[in-house]
Amino acid sequence: MSNYKARIVETPAGPTRVWEKGRGKKLGYLAGLNGLPKWSPFLDKLAETHRVIVPSLPGYPGGPSSEPLDTQLDWVLAARDALVAAGLDGADLIGASVGGALAAEVAALWPKSVRKLVLIAPFGLYDSDTPIADVFAQRPGQTTVLLSEKPTDYAGYLSVPKEGDAGEWEVQTLRAHIAAASLIWPLGDTRLSKRLMRIMAPTLILWGHNDHVIPLSYARRFAEGIGAGTKVKIVRKAGHTLEFDEPKSAARTIDSFLAS
Amino acid sequence: MMGLASTPKPIVTSHPVAHWMDTPFADLCHALKYLIARVTVLRHHLRQMAKSHKREDAMKVLWFHLMPYQDLPADFKDKHNSVWVDIDPGLFDPLRGHQHYHEYMDQLEYAAKAGFHGICVNEHHSNAYGMMPSPNLIAATLARNTRDAALCVLGNSVALYNPPTRVAEEMAMLDCISGGRLIAGFPVGTPMDTCYAYGQNPAKLRDRYYEGIDLVLKAWAADKPFAFNGRYTQQRYVNCWPRPVQKQPPVWIPGGGSVETWQMCAERSFVYANLSYFGHQASMTHVKGFWGEMKRLGKEPNPFQAAFLQFVGVAETRAEAEKLYHEPANYFYNRCLHTDPAYANPPGYTSEATVRARITSQVLRAAEESRKATRAGGGAKFFEEGHVVIGSPDEVAEKLLTVCKEMHVGHLLLLLHFGNMSRDLTKYNTDLFATKVLPQIKHLYEKEWEDHWWPTGMPKNPSKNAAHAKSTFTTAGVAAQ
Repeated sequence: MSNYKARIVETPAGPTRVWEKGRGKKLGYLAGLNGLPKWSPFLDKLAETHRVIVPSLPGYPGGPSSEPLDTQLDWVLAARDALVAAGLDGADLIGASVGGALAAEVAALWPKSVRKLVLIAPFGLYDSDTPIADVFAQRPGQTTVLLSEKPTDYAGYLSVPKEGDAGEWEVQTLRAHIAAASLIWPLGDTRLSKRLMRIMAPTLILWGHNDHVIPLSYARRFAEGIGAGTKVKIVRKAGHTLEFDEPKSAARTIDSFLAS
Repeated sequence: MMGLASTPKPIVTSHPVAHWMDTPFADLCHALKYLIARVTVLRHHLRQMAKSHKREDAMKVLWFHLMPYQDLPADFKDKHNSVWVDIDPGLFDPLRGHQHYHEYMDQLEYAAKAGFHGICVNEHHSNAYGMMPSPNLIAATLARNTRDAALCVLGNSVALYNPPTRVAEEMAMLDCISGGRLIAGFPVGTPMDTCYAYGQNPAKLRDRYYEGIDLVLKAWAADKPFAFNGRYTQQRYVNCWPRPVQKQPPVWIPGGGSVETWQMCAERSFVYANLSYFGHQASMTHVKGFWGEMKRLGKEPNPFQAAFLQFVGVAETRAEAEKLYHEPANYFYNRCLHTDPAYANPPGYTSEATVRARITSQVLRAAEESRKATRAGGGAKFFEEGHVVIGSPDEVAEKLLTVCKEMHVGHLLLLLHFGNMSRDLTKYNTDLFATKVLPQIKHLYEKEWEDHWWPTGMPKNPSKNAAHAKSTFTTAGVAAQ
């Protein structure tokens, strides 16, 4: 794992980190709740068959500040700007969790900017009969258990590296959570339902079978709402962070969808 | 005698010299009587001024009520998740609520009559130890039924009101009704109240709060309607009507260990009011942090710019106090503070600066201690660790003087009712404090510092229209006159 390249691109929101690895067709990835504090095995698997390009969203590790962003429009524009600056306009795009809500928005508002779309357990909808869990009201140490089916591994991935500064790492994590809260507090409903039908890119919807954050029933809601053809795939032994829980299975499914 | 009878009564005039010149001097006796009357009035005014000056320049002690619900079951900690946010609505009996509200307002009014300088209320939501989602409702009642005490509303969480102009209006109403006795408290509000019970986004809460305070203060100060184009509030016409009696009621900021709160109070000359459930030992660090910020900014260390909260139980002896106050303290610390730590720290509520300063949130501490106490069998050391200061009047006075001096604090907020304390015990505690402790501590800082953060009351020369208040229907209507 590694051998990825890092660069900084300019966006209207500020300097933005872009990670890149692999050869082939461009494939973008917008990460979820905690962002990407480190490179991940999932990206390695994708990079075996694609040129994986990973821009950071505002507030997340490597991203500019999310503080100036007030509205959903601000966030959608920031996501679009990051994708364009990273050279991903018109490419295939994966969005996970919070990043999934923004990937869907970009695909809806700029239909030609996304060739094929992969949504991994995205936020953006809310069903009061099957509410989304409150990821922000968790006791210390419980969040990883809620998010992942392999909480120890996931906590390890999020932990400060040996050579890292624990204090700065904590602040970086806090910024990511603030960014997530800024976008999806309090219910996770970004009113995306009003725009789903505008998505014209063929879409794969991936959901962890044991997602304790967003119930499985939301996969169907997304599939029914999206204007283009959709395919739903449930990944066993995976939670909300399915690309961390089952990186090989997730990458294989995505690769197969993009190649079809 | 005819001349005396026909002469206007000089005692009601406000310009004695003019009337003196108008008075016919034919009757020497009348002139002497007139002079004596003027001197008497003048001496009275001088005494009043001296008294008022003295009072305003010494320690202020305020009687604070949280208004806890008293019937949480004994097994509350075992069977319920939290006293806050998701507290079981089925536990609330409205008939008990009726009794509680009346009893608690009686207690606050009693404290005002007993000689406390101020009475104090605050705001909580979905909370069983604080039954005041709207402190302004309670304060309005208190304004009618009290005369001299300051009304300390600690406060209104301005970020919860849309637009915050509502806060400016209601507080202006309170200041009018009370005759200029309002202290305007603006807490950012706890995470439970603001982010969870009221759904505010923690990522924006503090910024929204700052903007809300700006709007309220501007609304009070403006002499004409204005447009407000804020990040969170846009209003074409801001026009606070009524206007507060005090041009700007004193602003107190209830806070814990937030670096930003210290900075705001220091920079904007607001009172920093440290509210801790864990007594002076916990407050000490925070209040010293505030004074550190004041020093850094080169500000005058006026003790009246700081306040802190202390639970107190007075009895004839310490042993008796332990006996009397154990039950209500135990109820408070082991039922009322049973809070789910999941609600303690939404992202953004604690700023980067505070995280870097490694300051633990009081809420998290409360939740952790409450749960620890459960595991340990319910033995929180609330007396030993000074969460509640108990003892004889002399012991309590000595302790409070020591603590106030060490913290350099000129406003002392007291919880003389806490937990499920009975009506009789509250009265006993209040009486004993008012008669035997208050006289020993109220002279602290006397004539050393000027208190710029205390309500002014009605102006000395009320406008012509204000005089008509005397013709209202009840005596309560002229409470502030």
